Amino acid sequence: MAKLRGRGIAAICYPTGMNLGGDPSQTVIIAQPDGTFVVNVASVELGQGLRTVLAQIAAEAIGASIEDIEVRFGDTQLAPHDTGTFASRTTHRMGNAIIKAGQEVRQILLDVASKILEVSPQDLEIRNGKIWVRGVPDKFISVREVASQAQFVYNIPVVGKGHYVKPKSIVDPETGESDPHSTMAHGCVVADVEVDTETGEVTVLRLFTVYEVGRAVNPKLVEGQIIGGAVMGLGAALRETVYPRYPQIIHQTTSFREYVLPTAGDVPKIIYKIVESPTPTGPYGAKGVGEMVANGIAPAIVNAVYDAIGVQITELPITPEKVLKALSEKGKSK
Amino acid sequence: MRIRFRLDGQSVEVDVKHTETLLRVLKDRLGVGSVHFGCGEGSCGACIVLIDGRPRYSCLTLAGYVDGKEVSTVAALARDGELTEIQKAFVENNAAQCGYCTPGMILIVRALLEKNPSPSDEELFDALAGNLCRCTGYVPIINAIRSVIKR
Ligand code: FES
Ligand code: FES
Repeated sequence: MAKLRGRGIAAICYPTGMNLGGDPSQTVIIAQPDGTFVVNVASVELGQGLRTVLAQIAAEAIGASIEDIEVRFGDTQLAPHDTGTFASRTTHRMGNAIIKAGQEVRQILLDVASKILEVSPQDLEIRNGKIWVRGVPDKFISVREVASQAQFVYNIPVVGKGHYVKPKSIVDPETGESDPHSTMAHGCVVADVEVDTETGEVTVLRLFTVYEVGRAVNPKLVEGQIIGGAVMGLGAALRETVYPRYPQIIHQTTSFREYVLPTAGDVPKIIYKIVESPTPTGPYGAKGVGEMVANGIAPAIVNAVYDAIGVQITELPITPEKVLKALSEKGKSK
Repeated sequence: MRIRFRLDGQSVEVDVKHTETLLRVLKDRLGVGSVHFGCGEGSCGACIVLIDGRPRYSCLTLAGYVDGKEVSTVAALARDGELTEIQKAFVENNAAQCGYCTPGMILIVRALLEKNPSPSDEELFDALAGNLCRCTGYVPIINAIRSVIKR
């Protein structure tokens, strides 16, 4: 009977979105009468922070200030085609579409501002909600004013549309080569565990995680995904299952009493690092983060358990019963 | 049966069935949006309200029980649009993602801190043991609570 410690490592390469040409995102940005902008997207905010991230991207692409951007979600009748929120895709796919739409809006704003200011659009700069003649930044006109005047004075609709799709890549019959993914994100997890050989219980002491996310458009939100994903992975590794724990069906999981999620007191120390290596295919270099942050946790914990007790658990979750059974099969426990 | 109680400081009167839960009455009859149905059996904490200041699962409370009592949801916390300290701390720490668990979390913390303004980690985790969160991994929630405890 002992408490044995072990360390395990897992690494992950995670492709962003569905590929092979079937995963388009499209959007329309429309200026409102007061000069603010509505970005219409058919994917949805689940709490991951899309509302913020897509507004940041739109503001950057247009040159508007972020307070003047409203991202509207989920109305598939009003927003153009999009495959949805899944596969860690929306920041990347929709972000790219928004950049294109934003650039169209930006060009309209510059054309209108050039009429107002009587200079050529090439001589204008636009950023953070202001437009000015290059070199004279303190004599600016606001983006809202220009967007309003476009509609009321110049009779020009301020609308931008954009789309993004990763084109299908055909496999070369000679070499087998193809380019299936729009981009790959990467990660690595190290787990330190303690296994109680008397009870079979596995305690995760620490999780070290590092993720290469392309560009962290909003580092605070990426951090939220990383920590949330780590604890979700922890639950998957140690507890969560819809299968019966014991041979009989009456022990099947039917509620949160048997489907045991981690609670606040179960969370180990989580150390994380974000590495940025912008991808040329991403909006300002961003890749998908959402799912890979949960995926590497359980493999690292399984490997750490192996390091601690010398048996490889091959089925999740790593319940005390499985650990004790594995130990007795190995003839280690008494 | 007809019951009368105070909901976030306002008196309300509503006809309920004997078997109806407070959660159903709040959500379906009175249109309260911040009280969430997570499990319906006292396992997740998404439906927590304060009844006479004490946290209770509204999914396990029969509506008839609150007759003559005071029921509070998170909506009662902010005064004139000004968030309370714990709500501000949740915002600052990014402690809500989808927000499904958030009202229950905030109410349970409020009830805890009222009883015990400087709980130990163990007391804190004990209090939060009935509140599940699928999104945040709890770390930002704990950080938010700790920042309020320290102040
Ligand atoms: S809905 Fe009441 S505890 Fe889950
Ligand atoms: S924020 Fe989504 S469940 Fe807690």
